[in-house]
Amino acid sequence: MRLEIVNKSKLWLGISGIVIAISLVGLLTRGLNLGIDFTGGNLIQVKFDKEVSLNELNTVLDEISKDYNQLGHGRIVQESEENEFMIRTIELSEEERNGILSKIKAFSEFDLLKSEKVGAAIGEELKVNATYALLLGSVLIVLYITLRFEFKFAIAAVVALFHDIIISVGIIALLAYEVNTPFIAAVLTILGYSINDTIVVFDRIREMHRKNKSAKLADIIDDSINSVMTRSINTSLTTFLAVGAMLIFGGDSLKTFMATLLVGVIAGTYSSIFVVSPVVYLLEKKEGLKNLK
Amino acid sequence: MKKKLLIEIVIVLLISIGGMYFTFKKQMNLGLDLRGGAYILLEAQSDNGKAITSDDMARLVEVLDRRINGIGVAESRVQISGTDRVLVEIPGVTDTEQAVNMIGKTALLEFQLVEKDGTLTNTGLSGRDLESSEVTFGDMGQPQIAFTLNINGAERFAKITRDNIGRELAITLDGEIQSAPRINTAIPGGRGVISGNYTLEEAKSFSTLLNAGALPVRAEILETRSVGATLGKTSIEASIMAGKLAIGLIIAYMIIMYKFPGLIASIALINFGIIVFGVLNYIDAVLTLPGIAGFILSLGMAVDANVIIFERIKEEIRNGQSIIKSVDAGFKKAFSAIFDSNITTLIMTTILFSLGTGPVKGFAVTLTIGTIASMFTAIIVTKLLLKASLLYIKGINAKSFGIKEVA
Repeated sequence: MRLEIVNKSKLWLGISGIVIAISLVGLLTRGLNLGIDFTGGNLIQVKFDKEVSLNELNTVLDEISKDYNQLGHGRIVQESEENEFMIRTIELSEEERNGILSKIKAFSEFDLLKSEKVGAAIGEELKVNATYALLLGSVLIVLYITLRFEFKFAIAAVVALFHDIIISVGIIALLAYEVNTPFIAAVLTILGYSINDTIVVFDRIREMHRKNKSAKLADIIDDSINSVMTRSINTSLTTFLAVGAMLIFGGDSLKTFMATLLVGVIAGTYSSIFVVSPVVYLLEKKEGLKNLK
Repeated sequence: MKKKLLIEIVIVLLISIGGMYFTFKKQMNLGLDLRGGAYILLEAQSDNGKAITSDDMARLVEVLDRRINGIGVAESRVQISGTDRVLVEIPGVTDTEQAVNMIGKTALLEFQLVEKDGTLTNTGLSGRDLESSEVTFGDMGQPQIAFTLNINGAERFAKITRDNIGRELAITLDGEIQSAPRINTAIPGGRGVISGNYTLEEAKSFSTLLNAGALPVRAEILETRSVGATLGKTSIEASIMAGKLAIGLIIAYMIIMYKFPGLIASIALINFGIIVFGVLNYIDAVLTLPGIAGFILSLGMAVDANVIIFERIKEEIRNGQSIIKSVDAGFKKAFSAIFDSNITTLIMTTILFSLGTGPVKGFAVTLTIGTIASMFTAIIVTKLLLKASLLYIKGINAKSFGIKEVA
């Protein structure tokens, strides 16, 4: 079987376009479900000794909010496991938090699994740092690829990169998973992974071009893709297995992280095969790899 | 040829034994998310525009350290983070309440005279003149704090009491009156008792605060996180389980896909794990949940390098090359792809490390070590094992590489 990448590039880019559109709609309409790492606030995770339903807990919390009105607005309660809940609130002082906890205790004994408080300033910093990291990462990678391949390849790599990141972030928005600091690590890892895949394809194009400088651009690209195809699939599958295992058995705290990676791996594999090469073809059509190192 | 191979084998063995030694020499340092504990980030606040100096920060850390030691927690860590922040990590404390109470207070003790209208006048005597304090019990058995002033403080205290007999002397902590006894007589010797309405707990932490000294600057708590030991234990179990499953699945997949070299790659992968954990332990890294994720991800990348190489070798064999020549050519041609792709990963991890905070840093560290180790194991260890097997094991042919037909 031989995949035609260049000839059918409209089809491949079209598929990407649709998925990107869905992701963007998700991102723009639902937005990311930002956790306290970004917004600032308190998070309490408790496991009750007795059977408690989400409704019951909410009724209790509504009652408590008469004394602590911080509980009244912007509160999010989620059941993470049986009788285990995460309560997200706006920023509380230590006294307020303790007061609320003791009132919940009066309702039922519990084990305090986790308690977090993040100041709004920290959340703001995180956003700024993440943006810096993303921009700096993109710039350095463009530089590196330009150095090792050529500038147009770098452009194609960045297109693939945004493709992968928009899709991963968009899908997470659609799933409404809560995102915190690890999410940023996941997105930046996708960045690395996406480039990783792309470079393996570039490497093949470079090699084939060196071997036969008079070969047609479309042939070089299709040949390259088809020779790295098995590798791409095998690598994605093994990474998929590793990440999938973590997602299913790795516990709740890394759920968003792993889900983001999983989507990123799929998007990254697709883009390295079906997005990067058509873009390289479009960019190089006129000059035909003459600047490739 | 054989001699060179032998030397290489010895080197790789030494590295593996070294990795193993450091992996098992001591228990891995576990992060608070895995073992349970509290994490508190404070920021020094400059009052009236005075800049925070590095001296202030050093003293802040010193005082906080003394306070936490006062609670009697082993292995706590207090360190400067950035220019004006202090990171406090206390293992074992499942509730932040006590820790925050101990850390958040400036704990400035002051002796102030109560005026007729109830306002307070500073006497100039403060916690700085304190020598030590301890919890004692009053006549009724109620907990109270006995303090001893240093020579300088004792002199002042004697003078203040002598000059103000009949008035009330308020003892305040961070501006809050603890007690305001009437001065009945001049007190030489610099000893006194603060008899607020304390529970034993309160008296103990008050005394610890006094002994540790006041913070040189006000510190505001920006972030607190605490994880209960139960959750930490569940997380460890879950991630070990996931890690085992991931390794098992990857090994099975590699052997099915690549037959003999797949087996070699699996051995190399185990070697990879030993090296990564050996290095992590050697540099005293703290293993956190994101760190484990970084490890599992780099495991995927380590496999990738092997996959790239094996696909190349298969191509060469299919083109009719001999096995030995194919192996050599495969490694040679795969190198640039592995190198370039790993360098970009390292660029990302470097950025993550320099811009990221706690959990992201842990992820970046394991991913960096993992990426470098994966290059080493794929390019050196896998190659060595493959070549050695070709040399010493008879009957390895194209079929062993999972190739049915040779062109």
